[in-house]
Amino acid sequence: MATKLKEVDAVMIGMGMTGAMMAKEFTMAGLRVVGLERGPDRRPHEESILPRIRDELRYVQRIELMQDNSVDTIAFRNSSGQTALPIRRWSAFLPGEGVGGTLNHWGGMHWRYLPTDFRIRSVIRERYGASAIPPDMTIEDWPVTYDELEPYYDRFDKMCGAAGKAGNLKGRKIDGGNVFEGPRSDEYPTPPLKSSAGAVLMAEASRSLGFHPFPSPFGASSTPYTNIYGVQLGRCEYCGFCGRNTCEANAKASAPSHIMPVLRGDPRFELRTHAFVSKLIYDRQAKKVTGVLYTDMKTGEEYEQPANIVVLSAYVFGNTHMLLTSGIGQPYDPRTGRGLVGKNYCYQFEAPATAFFENRNLNPFIGAPGDRMVIDDFNGENFDHSGLGFFGGGYIVGGSGAAPPIGGRDVPPGTPAWGSQWKKETVRWYYRAIEFNTQGSVYANRANYLDIDPTYKDSLGRPLLRLTYNGTDNDHAMSRYLLTKVDAIIKAMNPTTYEMRPRPRNFTIVPYQSTHNTGGTMMGTSPGNSVINRYLQAWDASNLFIMGASTFPQQPGYNPTGTVGALAYWAADKILKDYVKRPGPLVQA
Amino acid sequence: MAEVSKLPRRDFLKAAGTAGATGAAMATGLAGCSPTTGTPTSTEANASAAIQPPLVLTPEEEAFFSASVDTIIPADELSPSGTDCGCVTFIDRQLASAWGGGAKTYRAGPFVKGTPEQGYQLPLTPHQFFVAGIQAANEWSRKTYGKPYDALGPAQRAEALTAWEAGKAEFSSFDSRLFFQRLLQITMEGFFADPIHGGNRNKVSWRMLGFPGLPATYADKVDQYRDKPYVVDEPQSIADFS
Repeated sequence: MATKLKEVDAVMIGMGMTGAMMAKEFTMAGLRVVGLERGPDRRPHEESILPRIRDELRYVQRIELMQDNSVDTIAFRNSSGQTALPIRRWSAFLPGEGVGGTLNHWGGMHWRYLPTDFRIRSVIRERYGASAIPPDMTIEDWPVTYDELEPYYDRFDKMCGAAGKAGNLKGRKIDGGNVFEGPRSDEYPTPPLKSSAGAVLMAEASRSLGFHPFPSPFGASSTPYTNIYGVQLGRCEYCGFCGRNTCEANAKASAPSHIMPVLRGDPRFELRTHAFVSKLIYDRQAKKVTGVLYTDMKTGEEYEQPANIVVLSAYVFGNTHMLLTSGIGQPYDPRTGRGLVGKNYCYQFEAPATAFFENRNLNPFIGAPGDRMVIDDFNGENFDHSGLGFFGGGYIVGGSGAAPPIGGRDVPPGTPAWGSQWKKETVRWYYRAIEFNTQGSVYANRANYLDIDPTYKDSLGRPLLRLTYNGTDNDHAMSRYLLTKVDAIIKAMNPTTYEMRPRPRNFTIVPYQSTHNTGGTMMGTSPGNSVINRYLQAWDASNLFIMGASTFPQQPGYNPTGTVGALAYWAADKILKDYVKRPGPLVQA
Repeated sequence: MAEVSKLPRRDFLKAAGTAGATGAAMATGLAGCSPTTGTPTSTEANASAAIQPPLVLTPEEEAFFSASVDTIIPADELSPSGTDCGCVTFIDRQLASAWGGGAKTYRAGPFVKGTPEQGYQLPLTPHQFFVAGIQAANEWSRKTYGKPYDALGPAQRAEALTAWEAGKAEFSSFDSRLFFQRLLQITMEGFFADPIHGGNRNKVSWRMLGFPGLPATYADKVDQYRDKPYVVDEPQSIADFS
């Protein structure tokens, strides 16, 4: 029998980036908040320090900061005719664990979506005809516009201390920034990172082809910066260890370094780590979540935490799983197309390439993801899709560096994988590779979804979440098209040799590709097309708010974090302005 | 141990011999079970070779790993052999670690083969995987060449690895290609990881590549070294800062 605790104003399920952001905003408004985190605390001054943080084996190869698959995982299959099997250890994507969550180890690519991305279904119909969208492509307009979200994108920039160069300031286009982006109300808080040699070459080649290169926006401060909460941030040191690690310089945005220092001591906030939430307690009549059930993994005791506001801020999979196992909303059925929880699961469709330059000295260990150059000419609706046979697109990024040596040793195609010849080629090309990537969109398809697995269980005895996903013809065509542009850029750079790496036909759960999973608790304009409304409030439980990329109707050709952050601030603002005074639905169904 | 590790191995053994009965027994025992690679050992990398007995590897497993890491990373003008770089020590410690015991891995059944897209589906931990895999590889080697893998000459060792890599070797009840992939991966980790984990002795692979190691704070060096090689006299590892 669970011990019932005293009611609080708000409870966060997951103290990752959005959980910490919401907790901070709520406590600043005077609410009493409890943060439940199933993983450990993360203490930057103890853990994110030199020299221990520079251990590639521990953090990059053994994925120290990721969720423990023995406690909880998901099952996977490519199509609904197959039997799903558990992901026994994370690989294709890497959900994080502990305070700060997945944003502790992000690469820092800090993007806004295009204004057209938010009304993509309408834009495609307007431009290419009412019947242009194939029947199995279940893309939707977002219930919120770019202009509405802009102030919250700006606030998120200033929480992160983001580095970059504006290409559109209040409608004025600025050469050197992204001229395709929506109007920004302000510049980036800190200047763009200095470009790596490879990025400079990529930009020159792109410009020669008539494209519009600009420095990659980066969710880290390039100079010392004080964020909106008064936390003093360091500057990026171009260490090359970003991708699966926290930041020793307190520059890359994360909850432990950017929010927790000012949230931790707040008497209105209580952090409970190793608190594994198993269920939302749902009152179907009242359409409310009265509280959450969790197990204290340090004692084995079960608790019920009642709360006026419940914020579901787990990773994409945890959010969807929690609704399905708590009986909130109708599970999606791909055969009938009915039901909404688990619908429109999307991924990110990345495809890389590597070019080798005999006479360059590219110092592959110096760098950060933000020191690369990008073109956005072939993203979303930035280009005409007439006659191309697909919708969507993505940005193209290129540069050198940013990888320690277990994982960062590019050699040309055809090189042996071992032996003296391998060694010779590895040394020969170590300083000479430039890497490219295409950040392709995934447009929702009715065959790709999340539901409950019939066989496998997690350590609390709950059935696992099941992912059914494969790349669609549309997304493969999009990806091949982006790679033709990469091919043109590489040729213009005149490399010694190069390798394009198109995606395999089937999505595979190894090796690592991207942690950009989206969808499952999609937002929309009515209970008939979505799980939550434009303020991230569940249609079926008016005190339940869902954070993160599980809210996306589909995934544009950018990294999701910028929009995850903007949506959290947008929801926090509405909750504090209106919901707290008059609890109830913020949008009438 | 810091001073000792700078001595060439035979000097260390001599020193250990005078250090008392326990040290001498340890050193003697070690000398007895150290595999003979047949390849000339290099100077510095050998300094701290096999100072401690293996944590989990049996003599057969140690001999197998020594032979295979020396084939994957042969001694040549660029580096000493895999064994002399500490790869076997690294593998031993990794297989004895929480990771080697299957930590943070979902290990509930049912166990089903699945599709290649569904990834690793065996109940075996990394340690169990290599124990079973080495038995299968040596059985195959005996059948094919009449000897276990470590008793093969350099040409046959390479030929065998090539067959496993291509999936052309039929191991009994074991996936030879998957075995090769994991063997290659853990060997490369041992060669390139920070020396704190027992491999990459004396930072040999970092010197070979020109990887400067720590502290990796380059904000003030990006402009100066754009398209110019950034070279340090001595790469720095975690231990150098500790």
